[in-house]
Amino acid sequence: MASIRIEGLEKTYPGGVKAVKGIDLEVADGEFVVLVGPSGCGKSTLLRMVAGLETISAGALHIGERRVNELEPAQRDIAMVFQNYALYPHMTVFDNLAYGLKNRGFKRDEIRRRVEAAATMLEIEAFLPRKPRQLSGGQRQRVAMGRALVREPAAFLFDEPLSNLDAKLRVQMRVEIKKLQRRLKTTSLYVTHDQLEAMTLADRLVVLNDGRIEQVGTPMEIYARPASLFVATFIGSPAMNLIPLDYLHTNGGGDTATALLHDLPEGTDIVGIRPDDLHMRAPSEPHLVVESTLELFEAAGAESHLYVCLAGSDQPTVIRTAGQPPVAEGETLRFYVTRDALHPFNRESGKRIGDHG
Amino acid sequence: MVEHRPLSQLAAHLILIAGVALVLFPVYIAIVASTQAPGEFLRGTLPLVPGGHALENYRAMWESGLSRAGAPPVGQMLFNSLVMALAITLGKLAISLLSAFAIVYFRFPFRLFFFWLIFVTLMLPVEVRIIPTFQVVADLGMLNSFAGLSIPLIASATATFLFRQFFMTVPEELLEAARVDGAGPLKFFKDILLPLSVTNIAALFVILFIYGWNQYLWPLLITTDSDYYTVVMGIQRMTTAADGDPQWHLVMAAVVMAALPPVLVILFMQRLFVKGLTETEK
Repeated sequence: MASIRIEGLEKTYPGGVKAVKGIDLEVADGEFVVLVGPSGCGKSTLLRMVAGLETISAGALHIGERRVNELEPAQRDIAMVFQNYALYPHMTVFDNLAYGLKNRGFKRDEIRRRVEAAATMLEIEAFLPRKPRQLSGGQRQRVAMGRALVREPAAFLFDEPLSNLDAKLRVQMRVEIKKLQRRLKTTSLYVTHDQLEAMTLADRLVVLNDGRIEQVGTPMEIYARPASLFVATFIGSPAMNLIPLDYLHTNGGGDTATALLHDLPEGTDIVGIRPDDLHMRAPSEPHLVVESTLELFEAAGAESHLYVCLAGSDQPTVIRTAGQPPVAEGETLRFYVTRDALHPFNRESGKRIGDHG
Repeated sequence: MVEHRPLSQLAAHLILIAGVALVLFPVYIAIVASTQAPGEFLRGTLPLVPGGHALENYRAMWESGLSRAGAPPVGQMLFNSLVMALAITLGKLAISLLSAFAIVYFRFPFRLFFFWLIFVTLMLPVEVRIIPTFQVVADLGMLNSFAGLSIPLIASATATFLFRQFFMTVPEELLEAARVDGAGPLKFFKDILLPLSVTNIAALFVILFIYGWNQYLWPLLITTDSDYYTVVMGIQRMTTAADGDPQWHLVMAAVVMAALPPVLVILFMQRLFVKGLTETEK
């Protein structure tokens, strides 16, 4: 087991396209770090550079104490789980798991012992003599995990391993991956575009955008204090509402609102409010009040989403509320927001302003 | 879609049966002819039922051939043909697998240029380049040898091209997974690419074996020693006997024997081919 140290890593493709523009990141020994970002943000490229499947254009990569920039994937002591599993179709599950060990010259007994141990852990013993095509998607996913497991590598690299599974299986495998990683305490780097997967799996979350790191932190830190407008809208579902400060000044509900907004740091011109933080009942603390027209009501069982348009503007806004409030589309609704729920941003820099709460 | 009207079914069957008869009739005639006594053909009517001389005709051709027509025993010619066809087939498969592997998986200077160079040879079959090729083979002293019979026919663009197309459909993640699993290029080729190509190899084996077996012009050109005659060209020699009429009953016996190996290859490989088709899947 080992840490992964990434220093100023860059990837420039022939033709001049820069996919990764200088990334610094340290993954501690045993830590589960998730790289998340929209497609094309360079997260997969970064992972593939760590794996050794892409060459490194600039920067340094250390796994453990070794600099591995120029090493072949096999020499880096990592194991990778691919999105489409990449199981060898002509080999049995046993041979799929054993292949990497055979290539490394392990003894036959040792291979058998390790493959069986991994198979037991993943509950795929029954499939060992089968070929991959005789397995379902979830089972193939387990085999792909097993292939990484048997090697007992310094680090696991996951490249969107769950995106080929259906929603139910995805949740199930997500939980299993997390449990497994907790148990093995193997350093893991996990790429996904699914922010829910990212939030739930990560010890630490890295939000990437356009080849750069937007923010690094625990999932809750990032959720509670997004460092930029990009992170604010990317993490959380439905996305955070962004409302111009001017609108709140004029329509926020009088003196209390003015005093409350005055408290925001200098330079704020746009305010982020999570859909959960717009309440339908007035709280006891000082609060803002916004009026809006309900355009669409979405019942999702335990919670509901209200798509509204703020009064006197065409600002679309989403509210998430528990249960099913008695509202009708077209109705005028009032929402209450406390000071704690306001995330101050500057539109021009795209960054969060100052500190609060 | 398919309508089950008795009349149209009957018509369809009749047309198909007529087609089969049209194809099989010459084969039947050849088999019948090979069982006749000498001279049976010279009476003017073609016999349509098998005669009683099958064994002696076949034995005569297998063991001694038509020495007066300059044709060695068919047994030996079959052996020569087999060696040539196998050498061409295996040589073509080996070379095209390796060159397709190089072209698809390695980045080297002028890669595209070499691919096109190989591709261009598609337009140059043996017949087109026969005189220069003959000159080269003669200068290298390979006339009247198995090397001379097979090597000039081995370079194959078709097979290279087909394997290239197939390799490009193999998911790239397989290569990457193999790299992570510690397999070098040759190990990847041997452990993963070859097993995945079994179906294609079987199909090409059939096609190339028949191509090699049916070579006529090239063996005719470079063999003057009857020890190296192949059966397809040897048969032609038998029909042009110097003294008197061709001995059709014996020629037909040779024809039937010459046609058997390709049939066997197809029958045998077909099973492997179908098996491969149903058992491997990407």
